[in-house]
Amino acid sequence: MPNPALPKQEGQRQEPKDRIKNFEEVAQGLTSKQAAIESSRCLNCKEPRCQAACPVNVKIPKFIAALNKGDIKAAIEAIMTTSLLPAICGRVCPQEKYCQGACVLKEKFGPVSIGLLERYTADTARKQGLLKAPKPEQETGFKIACVGSGPSSLACAAQLRRLGHKVVVFEALHAFGGVLRYGIPSFRLPREVVNSEIKTIEEMGVEFRQDILIGPSTSVKDLLKEFDSVYIGSGAGLPTMAGIPGENAVGVYSANEFLTRVNLMQAYKFPESDTPVKIGKQVIVLGGGNSAMDAARCAKRLGPEKVSVVYRRSQEEMPARKEEVLNAMEEGVEFQFLTIQKEVITDEKGHVKALKCLKARLGEPDEKGRRRPVAIENSDFLIPADSIIVAIGQKPNPIIAKTTPDLKMTERGTMQLDENGNSSIKGVFGGGDITRGGATVLLAMKDGLEAAGRIDNYLKTQTPKGK
Amino acid sequence: MEKNLIVNKKSLSNVVCEFEIYEPLIAASAKAGQFIILRYGELGERVPVTLVDWNEQKGTITAIIQSIGKSTAVFNSLKVGDKFTSLAGPLGTPVEIKNYGTCVVVGGGVGIAEVYPIAKALKQAGNKVISILGARTKDLVILQEKMQQVSDEIIITTDDGSLGQKGLVTDAIKTLHDKGVKIDVGFIIGPIPMMKWTAKLMTQLGIKPYASLNPIMLDGTGMCGCCRVVVNGQTKFACVDGPMFEATNIDFDNLIARTSEYKEQEKESFLKHEKDHKCKIGLH
Repeated sequence: MPNPALPKQEGQRQEPKDRIKNFEEVAQGLTSKQAAIESSRCLNCKEPRCQAACPVNVKIPKFIAALNKGDIKAAIEAIMTTSLLPAICGRVCPQEKYCQGACVLKEKFGPVSIGLLERYTADTARKQGLLKAPKPEQETGFKIACVGSGPSSLACAAQLRRLGHKVVVFEALHAFGGVLRYGIPSFRLPREVVNSEIKTIEEMGVEFRQDILIGPSTSVKDLLKEFDSVYIGSGAGLPTMAGIPGENAVGVYSANEFLTRVNLMQAYKFPESDTPVKIGKQVIVLGGGNSAMDAARCAKRLGPEKVSVVYRRSQEEMPARKEEVLNAMEEGVEFQFLTIQKEVITDEKGHVKALKCLKARLGEPDEKGRRRPVAIENSDFLIPADSIIVAIGQKPNPIIAKTTPDLKMTERGTMQLDENGNSSIKGVFGGGDITRGGATVLLAMKDGLEAAGRIDNYLKTQTPKGK
Repeated sequence: MEKNLIVNKKSLSNVVCEFEIYEPLIAASAKAGQFIILRYGELGERVPVTLVDWNEQKGTITAIIQSIGKSTAVFNSLKVGDKFTSLAGPLGTPVEIKNYGTCVVVGGGVGIAEVYPIAKALKQAGNKVISILGARTKDLVILQEKMQQVSDEIIITTDDGSLGQKGLVTDAIKTLHDKGVKIDVGFIIGPIPMMKWTAKLMTQLGIKPYASLNPIMLDGTGMCGCCRVVVNGQTKFACVDGPMFEATNIDFDNLIARTSEYKEQEKESFLKHEKDHKCKIGLH
C-alpha cells in the first residue's frame, strides 16, 4: 500500500564547499533504497494531476508504480512512450512548476519527488542496458530536416523517426545538443547524459550532421528541395546586451560567450583544453534568470574571490528557478538586488575596472505583473569588477530569418506561427525558442513533440519526394 | 573521400602553410570574403580561417595558416591524409563584388592570402586591380605569383627592403596618389595597426576603405558576441555582419584591446604544447 507519510526523499547532494571546486553534478540522485521509499509515497491517483501538468505528458503514476515493483524495464518503457529524453528531463525540468506542483500530496506531505524518480529510472535503466531506442514504425519514405540539435529539435526528430520517417538533424556547432551542450553547465547536466540520450536517438536511425549552419550556404529553401518538411528549432542564440556605455570593454562577456567557453569548449580545463576564459578576481553577473545563475555558478567554480549577481528588482521577482538561486547562494554567490547597471568603467588599457550602478526601488507592476524597478536619483555607486557577464536575455539568431525571406517573423524576431502552428512557408514548421524567444528546455521539447504530430499530419497529404 | 581531409599541403614560409582540404559543400558555395572555423582534437579550440580559394569541380577548398600559437602550430603539423576534427563554413557575409572602377587591394603578411580571393573576384567583375603586398621581409611575401595573375599592377613593400620597395604599404598608396592614379575603393587585410593606418590614409585621400576584421571568435555563427566590434559607433558581430566593414569609422583601438585579452593564456598554452611535444620526441 502507498504510504505518503514516509519521509520525502531528496537524494544526495555535493556539499557547497566541495562542489565549488569541481564541475561534477551537484545533485547526485536517489539510491535504490531511497527510490523504493519515494516511489511508495505515490498514491497512483486515478486522475493523475501530475501527468496532466507535464508538458510532455509523461505517464507518471504508471512509471512510478512499475518502479515501486522493482520493474525498471516497465518503468522506463512507460516514460519513453512520450519522452525520449528521460535522463535530461529528470534533471533540468522545473518540476515544481509542473508535475510536483500539481501533486495531491503537495500541501500535506510534500509532493512525490517525481523528477528524481524519473532520473533514477533513466539512469538505472541505462546502466542495466534496459534503456533501448524504441523501434520505429514502418518506413514511410518521407524525409524531414530538423534545423538545430537542441531540445526541441531532438524531441521532434525522435518522435518523427518513431513514426517511420527519415530524419536528418543539422547542427552548426561541432557538438550536438544546442543549449544542453553550450548553455547548461555539466554540474546540472553531465555531458555523458547528453551524449547517451543523443546516442539513443541516433540508434533509432536519426542522422546527425555537425558543422552545418543552415542559412547562408544551405538555405531552408534548399532543404525543401531534398526534404519533404523542415522543422526549425534553431533556438534563441542571439545575446541581448545591456546597451550601456563601455559594454565593449575587454572583460565584458555575454552569458552565451562565457557559458560557451566554459561548457562547450571546456575552458575550465585550460590549458588541457585549448580555449581559455579569464574572469579575474571580482566577477559581476548582470541579470536574474537561469542563465545568470548558470553563469554565476560557473564563474564561482573558476575560483575568483567574489561573484556578485546584480539584479534590477528584488529576489521575489527573479525569473530564475528558486532552487537555482538557492544553489547559487549556498555556493557563496552574492546578490545585489534593486541595482541598475549604468556604465562600465574601464582602465587605460580598455579593460573593465568597475560597474557604475544606480540603486532602485520597486514601482508599479508591468504588463506581466512584475513590479518595475525605478531608479533612485543620485544614488550612483561603483562596484569594482575584473569581468562582467551580461545575462539579461536572448533573442532568436537572425540568420534563418535573414536568409529565408518568405518566412514571416514577429516584431520580436521570433518565427510567426498561425493558430494551427503553421509557418508562412508550406512544409516548414518551428518550435522552441525560435518561436518563443527564450523559454525553457521543457517547453522546447513540448513544441518539438507537438510539431512532430503536425508534420506527420501534413505528410499524410503529401507524396514523398523520394530522394 | 571524406570531409575535412587534407589532400594537399605545402609550406609557403617557415611559419605559413597552405592546405587543400576536401570539402565539397563549401567548395560549391564559398564566396570571396568568407571564412571557415577549423578545430583539431577533442579539446581543440575553434579557429576562424579565411577561405583563400576553392575548386568546385575537385570539391576542395584552400586555407593558409600562419603558426602563431598552439592551435595554429598543431594545424601546421598536420599532414596530407590527416583530417581536421571539425570544419564549419562558409561563414560570414561575402564582400560585395561589383565594378567599382579601380580598386587597390592591400595585404599585409598572411593577409595577402586573405585578400587574394577578393582581388580575384574584383578582377573577374571587370575592375582594375592594383595589389599592394606588404611584409616585414622577403620570405613573408606569399602568393606573389597568384596575386600577379589577378592584378593589373602589383607593388611589393618590405620593412627591410629585401623585396620590392623598402617601406610600408601606406607609402605605396601615397606614391600612387601622388602619381595621380585615381582609386575608387580599397580593401585592406593585415595586422590591425596596418589596417588602422591604411584606412586612415585612404580616408584622407578620398578612397573608400574596407577592412576585414579579425577579432577573437568562438562559434562564428552569431551566437556569442565575442567578436563584437564597433563600427560607426554601433556594435557589430564580425562573424555574421562582417568580417569586412567600411573602415573609416572602425574603433581599431578597441579591436586591438579585445584581441589582446588572452595573450598570457595563448603563451601558456603554446609553451605547454612545446614542452609536451619535446617530451614525446624524447620518448622515441
